[in-house]
Amino acid sequence: MLIDFFFTLRKYGLKTSITELLDLLNALKQQVIFADTEAFYQLSRLCLVKDETQYDKFDRAFADYFEGVAEIDIAASIPPEWLIPEVLRKLSDDDKAKLQALGGLDKLLETLRERLKEQQKKHSGGNKWIGTGGTSPFGAYGYNPEGVRIGQQGSGARRAVKVWDKREFKDLDTDSELNNRSIKLALKQLRKFARSGAETELDLHGTIQATSEQAGWLDLRFMRERHNAIKLLVFFDIGGSMDDHIEQCQKLFAAVKSEFKHLEFFYFHNCVYEGVWRDNKRRYTEQLKTDDIIHTYGSDYKLIFVGDATMGPYEIEYPGGSVEHFNELPGKVWLQRLLAQYPKAVWLNPQPKQWWQHYYSIGLIEQIMQKRMYPLTLDGLTAAIKTLL
Amino acid sequence: MAFVSTDNYIVSDELALAVNAAVTLEKPLLIKGEPGTGKTRLAEELAQSLNTELIQWHIKSTTKAQHGLYEYDAVSRLRDSQLGSDKVHDINNYIRPGKLWQAFTANKRPVLLIDEIDKADIEFPNDLLHELDRMAFYVHETGEQVSATERPIVIITSNNEKELPDAFLRRCFFHYIRFPDADTLRAIVDVHFPQIQPQLLSTALEVFFELRELPGLKKKPSTSELLDWLKLLLAEDIPAEVLTDKQQKGGLMPMFGALLKNEQDVALVEKLAFLAKRQGR
Repeated sequence: MLIDFFFTLRKYGLKTSITELLDLLNALKQQVIFADTEAFYQLSRLCLVKDETQYDKFDRAFADYFEGVAEIDIAASIPPEWLIPEVLRKLSDDDKAKLQALGGLDKLLETLRERLKEQQKKHSGGNKWIGTGGTSPFGAYGYNPEGVRIGQQGSGARRAVKVWDKREFKDLDTDSELNNRSIKLALKQLRKFARSGAETELDLHGTIQATSEQAGWLDLRFMRERHNAIKLLVFFDIGGSMDDHIEQCQKLFAAVKSEFKHLEFFYFHNCVYEGVWRDNKRRYTEQLKTDDIIHTYGSDYKLIFVGDATMGPYEIEYPGGSVEHFNELPGKVWLQRLLAQYPKAVWLNPQPKQWWQHYYSIGLIEQIMQKRMYPLTLDGLTAAIKTLL
Repeated sequence: MAFVSTDNYIVSDELALAVNAAVTLEKPLLIKGEPGTGKTRLAEELAQSLNTELIQWHIKSTTKAQHGLYEYDAVSRLRDSQLGSDKVHDINNYIRPGKLWQAFTANKRPVLLIDEIDKADIEFPNDLLHELDRMAFYVHETGEQVSATERPIVIITSNNEKELPDAFLRRCFFHYIRFPDADTLRAIVDVHFPQIQPQLLSTALEVFFELRELPGLKKKPSTSELLDWLKLLLAEDIPAEVLTDKQQKGGLMPMFGALLKNEQDVALVEKLAFLAKRQGR
């Protein structure tokens, strides 16, 4: 029962398991719902999908599986009265003149209906919405059916367009390799426990020791709770070529931020120079001196750079090489100063590793970092953390 | 016994189905959604409609799974032993049942709310797998097996701060509370402020949805913020026309503090209103 449905879901990349399928069957057996496709859609989504980012995939799979199960003639169920005002509103006077030449709106709508029917046949009677690419008669005027928004007229459309075909969760689908949880699990290895804060935990050994020293007179001893004592300085490259990797970086950033208490982060562009900043909106007015950072944070901080290291070699090697301002000292010097203060340091590079050899600047940075550059993948992150500890 | 909208809480059909399925199949129901869409309220209303006890377990960053089961108070036992109290001979006197234990042993099938599970440590959900699956656990200190006489209705909420492990998700039903559309929202407002004038309400909703659609807002206002805002508007007796008048106060709506919770957002709205004003001229 529903085995094909289950495999369709898996084919669409949903990670549903057998337990979840059994749950669904059990729910059907208990008659939570009865003979109602829409309720079945909701129930199966409830049991089988556990993440709202997967709703879109589920909708597609559901539509695919049930295509033909419930055939509905879309063209017949579009009432003309809610097409006309919408279309008229969108047409300019010029368009309206052209429209008249073609025999008026009625004629045009007629064509649209026919086209809809035709299209439905071509797509084997499915309940898919009208395609987007220029097949519509509206194309001539620069409006495709999507622009006319045929499907969005409230409850009148509900019968025609099935809920799952609306695919309302489209925005949320992220097929990311690095998901947040796996980053956090990787970061979890970056831990060094130390006891700090108020003394709240019972120190059993201390208590036994102290009590026996007092010949059995109870002497309770407490100790501080264990906390992660890792301190991090993170430098993010921002802007320019990093735009392609912004999502990956944001995920890393979010994960880092929630996992570590002692965390300072700064932004730079391409290469670190005499100033960095904390807020991209105020980057010119509120720059922090790199020197001050070196003097403020002790050498027990660990240093992580996140950047693609893709730039002109002169941006690293020469004074005045920066693309944004005149730097008196080459970027190399600033990197080396930071590395001298923070011996535990890594560079995470979102560029795929196989491309690294094609960029001279990546080689330069790698040399300055003494080979401690890792790709921004799960394996790379794990390896980087090992170097940091 | 089906769960439906009450006098002061509006549920969508989808959510009602989700709750009823979870109740019938005795599975935990995981609820996600934007903050302020009534996730926690759901458990309260459900308990009320079933006329049963609501046991709330609010999760904090330091909460451990063990806290939900029981805690052994070694310190008071040691103290009692020093003072020669008779209580000391029975270890049961020092076992403090946690929320799960309370839920398992309740007389009538209770509603257990595990609120904001994503606040806890990343391993927390994994530590609860067995307990939620079997609805039973073992007390090491006394050798007692605590198991649920009736499986409690478990509602778990999450704000998506951390992703939950697959093994945990597989044991739950999942429902994502979507942001209500204008009609549902109107129904919700009606329930909370029956005496509000229709004109004020529709203008306020318009302003509210416009605000939600602004790209780049750090925190989109949600249902609970809308309700707070309306409360203020009613208290200050602000007429509907003032809401549409964008010229006042640099283009911000009156009492904007209830809707916008972040100075960057306020600045953004101000800037957009300023631009709109310039274009309008």
